[in-house]
Amino acid sequence: MKQLEQTLRERIDQVKRGGDAKYHQKAKEQNKLFVRDRLALLFDDEDFVLEDGLFANFTAGDLPADGVVTAIGRVNGQTVCVMANDSTVKAGSWGARTVEKIIRIQETAEKMRVPLIYLVDSAGARITDQLEMFPGRRGAGRIFYNQVKLSGKIPQVCILFGPSAAGGAYIPAFCDIVIMVEHNASMYLGSPRMAEMVIGEKVTLEELGGARMHCSVSGCGDVLAANEQEAIQAARRYLSYFPSHYQDAPPAAEPKPPLPAAKPIAEIVPENQNAPFNMYELIDTLVDEGSFFEVKKLFAQELITGFARLDGNPVGIVANQPRVKGGVLFVDSADKAARFITLCDAFGIPLLFLADVPGFMIGTAVERAGIIRHGAKMIAAMAEATVPKISVIVRKAYGAGLYAMASSAFDPDACLALPTAQIAVMGPEAAVNAVYSNKIQAIEDPAERQAFVMEKRREYQKDIDIYLLASELIVDAIVPPSELRRELINRFAAYAHKRQYFSDRKHPVYPV
Amino acid sequence: MTMKKVTANMAGTVINLLVKAGDSVQAGQDVIVLESMKMEVPIQSEAAGTVTDVKVNIGDFVNDGDVLVVLE
Repeated sequence: MKQLEQTLRERIDQVKRGGDAKYHQKAKEQNKLFVRDRLALLFDDEDFVLEDGLFANFTAGDLPADGVVTAIGRVNGQTVCVMANDSTVKAGSWGARTVEKIIRIQETAEKMRVPLIYLVDSAGARITDQLEMFPGRRGAGRIFYNQVKLSGKIPQVCILFGPSAAGGAYIPAFCDIVIMVEHNASMYLGSPRMAEMVIGEKVTLEELGGARMHCSVSGCGDVLAANEQEAIQAARRYLSYFPSHYQDAPPAAEPKPPLPAAKPIAEIVPENQNAPFNMYELIDTLVDEGSFFEVKKLFAQELITGFARLDGNPVGIVANQPRVKGGVLFVDSADKAARFITLCDAFGIPLLFLADVPGFMIGTAVERAGIIRHGAKMIAAMAEATVPKISVIVRKAYGAGLYAMASSAFDPDACLALPTAQIAVMGPEAAVNAVYSNKIQAIEDPAERQAFVMEKRREYQKDIDIYLLASELIVDAIVPPSELRRELINRFAAYAHKRQYFSDRKHPVYPV
Repeated sequence: MTMKKVTANMAGTVINLLVKAGDSVQAGQDVIVLESMKMEVPIQSEAAGTVTDVKVNIGDFVNDGDVLVVLE
């Protein structure tokens, strides 16, 4: 018996060492941690790790755990399931048992109703094993099928440490959030070598599918991390805003006052509707200090999306950024918003909209890119969201931009205005030009023309006065800027147990 | 010396030039202001350097991607 146990211990140790020493060395040179060290950083406690399938493909001899660790552990005290590729074993490639282990941990996470974290670092399918792992009912396609089925049910988080190539690139694509390690993470359907062979394009991996590109251009990445430790910490932090399952409430934390150095809102927001300001400063005045976790910070920066806490409770913020591209909504910013709103709504995280928006972009380039189609996605996601939903009209909100930011017609629990708010189909300058274009052209004297334009703008300004809009019950309240945080905390507390059912149907026909 | 370009990030009209040839700029500094969608849109230089050329004049229409300022 003692001998049997001894053998078992040796074999466990052997499998847990992963692949050959030379692959460990290679990983080290790339600043990559061994898969088990990544898990040690991810989990709260190394003593609480339950691993199934350690001996997968043991008899093959050179494929420890078949290149993937699947385990149950704890993050922020929450139980989570994990699948983690081992790039020291055949570059983390997938064989039949690799795929079976991934499918099983997905099934486990679903039954346990806990988050599933994918630590991805894989070269893709083992072509030699394709019949067993690629096309069948429990082939790799099943992984993606399960991801789609689990979407919105349990949080699915991806940390991308290395490549996720070809079909494997869909694992991150179906996760709620993708954290990428700069220089090492990459995501692509066809490698640079394939691009050169098949379409004749010469391109580097970094340009084609590098982490920075995906986090700033394609939008496939949500958080760009400088190294693996930072990426793992980001995943832990992200999960701290989330319940284990869509039917649970998001976890509260210790309330904190906002950043003490934050400037008052009245000093941040210029009265001139067309002058830029930095929306991050306004967010700082509202949220608990240090609680803002931004999603897609480098992508479509004219719109800010991120999680924060108000008096300890999680909230999802969607805010126009007038500092970038005038805060105008573009194709990418509309997509970014639609995705974030859907994520918050799925997991019961209340939504706060901070509107200062001149509208959706116009012109040939964006019309050809389908700005209307993309804008419709954002408006649909926002309309469907039934979590507590508050819209704050910070300054201007013009045209469909007003609609997209959860204004009155879209059933927010409250549409609040700051005294600087201005709600209209379009701004005074554009409106006066549109309505009086012929008259303006007909006035020959420039001074007289200017006087006419200014007079008409003043008249228009009166028609869109925020007190007039409050008088007509279009906004629910005008809030003094210095009291906005308190107002939001109280209102979100009041709406916390809101139950709303949006529509009886199978599912909408998504405007994509 | 490597050349760095500051480009327009959206279509609009140049309303202000904040730098001229010979000026040194910091990364993140505003160098040009566009007007687009009736908004003032400041354009920053991503890199630090010395301005060698300002490619636009006040009143010019620029498209997304057009070069505004060249640095080295």
